[in-house]
Amino acid sequence: MARQEDGPQDAPAVRLNGVRKLYGDVVAVDHVDLAIDRDEFFTMLGPSGSGKTTCLRMIAGFERPDEGAIELGGSDVTGVPPFERDVNTVFQDYALFPHMSVGENVEYGMRIRKVPKDERRRRASEALELVRLGGYEDRRTTQLSGGQRQRVALARALVNRPAVLLLDEPLGALDLKLRQQMQDELRTIQGEVGITFVYVTHDQEEALTMSDRLAVFNDGRIEQVGAPADVYEHPANEFVAGFVGVSNIVERDGRRVTIRPEKVRILEEPDRGDGFEVEEGRIREVSYAGMVTRFVVELDRGGELQVVRQNLEMSSQDALEQRGRRVRVGWAGEHAYAIPEAATTEEDS
Amino acid sequence: MHISDGTRLMLRIGTGITLAFIWIPLVVIGIYAFNESRSQAWPIEGLTTEWFSKAFDNPGVREAVWTSVQAGLGATALAMILGTLAALAVSRYRFFGRETISFLVILPIALPGIVTGMALNSTFTQVLNVDLTLFTIIVGHATFCIVVVYNNAVARLRRTGTSLEEASQDLGADGWQTFRHITLPSLRSALVAGALLAFALSFDEIIVTTFTAGSEQTLPIWIFTNYSRPNQLPIVNVVGLLLILISIIPVYLANRLTQDPTGTAAPGAGGAAAAASAH
Repeated sequence: MARQEDGPQDAPAVRLNGVRKLYGDVVAVDHVDLAIDRDEFFTMLGPSGSGKTTCLRMIAGFERPDEGAIELGGSDVTGVPPFERDVNTVFQDYALFPHMSVGENVEYGMRIRKVPKDERRRRASEALELVRLGGYEDRRTTQLSGGQRQRVALARALVNRPAVLLLDEPLGALDLKLRQQMQDELRTIQGEVGITFVYVTHDQEEALTMSDRLAVFNDGRIEQVGAPADVYEHPANEFVAGFVGVSNIVERDGRRVTIRPEKVRILEEPDRGDGFEVEEGRIREVSYAGMVTRFVVELDRGGELQVVRQNLEMSSQDALEQRGRRVRVGWAGEHAYAIPEAATTEEDS
Repeated sequence: MHISDGTRLMLRIGTGITLAFIWIPLVVIGIYAFNESRSQAWPIEGLTTEWFSKAFDNPGVREAVWTSVQAGLGATALAMILGTLAALAVSRYRFFGRETISFLVILPIALPGIVTGMALNSTFTQVLNVDLTLFTIIVGHATFCIVVVYNNAVARLRRTGTSLEEASQDLGADGWQTFRHITLPSLRSALVAGALLAFALSFDEIIVTTFTAGSEQTLPIWIFTNYSRPNQLPIVNVVGLLLILISIIPVYLANRLTQDPTGTAAPGAGGAAAAASAH
């Protein structure tokens, strides 16, 4: 595999320059510019059909952009086939070779590149150790659980020590518990191997938990790029505000304002809410979710807000009795974030 | 589902009649093979196995079997190569007229064999001006053998999708390496099944063969020719019985090899079964 080492040392690991991709008349990716730093855990977040997977496939080399260029480590790879790119992919369906054992799957990339057998064996077993599947070399892939297959797919990609690892919704098929466990493990592994991870997901929580930075995709374009806290607390527009977190938008004084549900408090007497912005309203909906309770509060000044409260002392019975009650809600002024004007024009799209 | 007693009885009778239709004539051939008398009359007068040794020693039978085996192997080999390539092209590449080509490859199995035979005969003898030999039999048989291989391969390729091939390329394997290490192994059982069915089809084919064989005699043609000769009839019965036994094997194996119900012909391979698999 050709190493992309001829580029300058400080070049980003991945760069997309004005990349555009059409399928027939449908614009899948529309003039995307993006730079992903070395050793970064970068997430492409967006709903299905937003172009994030197409971008990933263009970085891998499975799709060719109609316009624009793709660089890896500073050198242009736009026309380079996938087998000559220094990237490896963890596929959504894992794509393990069914006629090969776990060990043979992991060794495949090295076998193709004619790595000597002893080294192949050693590195494959190291990679399987890394994903906690040490000793599974001789198993058939059909004998593995979903989570184990996912790990084999990860080991098979990582063992080649690519400059960039691409992950296409790799945890999508796993159940919630396993998914959370794998999120932590992926983070840890990324720290250990020091490889740039480009991660595609539609799960905003996953994106916020795992990423150093993330890009929010919508309709083939990038709406915002930034650190998770930045994107969450200062969404660039309504789409981002709604997709990353709960859409909690009210219009006040001609400006559209978003307040995250955990920042809103239901004020109980005698709390006057000093220093808070306070409004009155009525609890329209209550849902008890174990750790927290979610309220939907209809505000007298128009609009409604979701409020999340930790269940410190409240039982489910208490919570459900709140429905219909008139309340005062308050939030700190700095937590009400006015969405930038220019972006609100996209409301209709 | 609830089935009333009356319906159940009807279904049993229907199934019984169907099986009787198919199997009683075959059993008759089987019994005649052991007929002591040279003249054929029902019921038979006594049992003997002497026709079996006569059949094995008959040079005409031996030659015909050998010709059929060669034709079957040749047609299967040709069909394997062309059918696999066509299946790969149609299921792995997008190109203009792809659907049409897929249809045109499958169509010959539905054409009346006699038309295929006429067409091949005219082409060989008049247009190409070649002698009718074993080679022309092989080409003739390949026209329908390709379909069986093609259908099996296409069904498998469709089921496996392209993600394994992408994974292989992602891991550094170029097109040829990917074909050798990933595509071909995942096609293997489908291709073996296709080959067995193709061989079975070729082995008992007579219509197209009649038009393309010239002076060559395949086993079915030998049977057809000798069936009307009273002194050969006992041997013909023996050969018939053996053919029944031999043709069960590849069809049974092919069925075992492909778990995909849409991918392969049903047992009892013949033009009809293969045509059913054409869709």
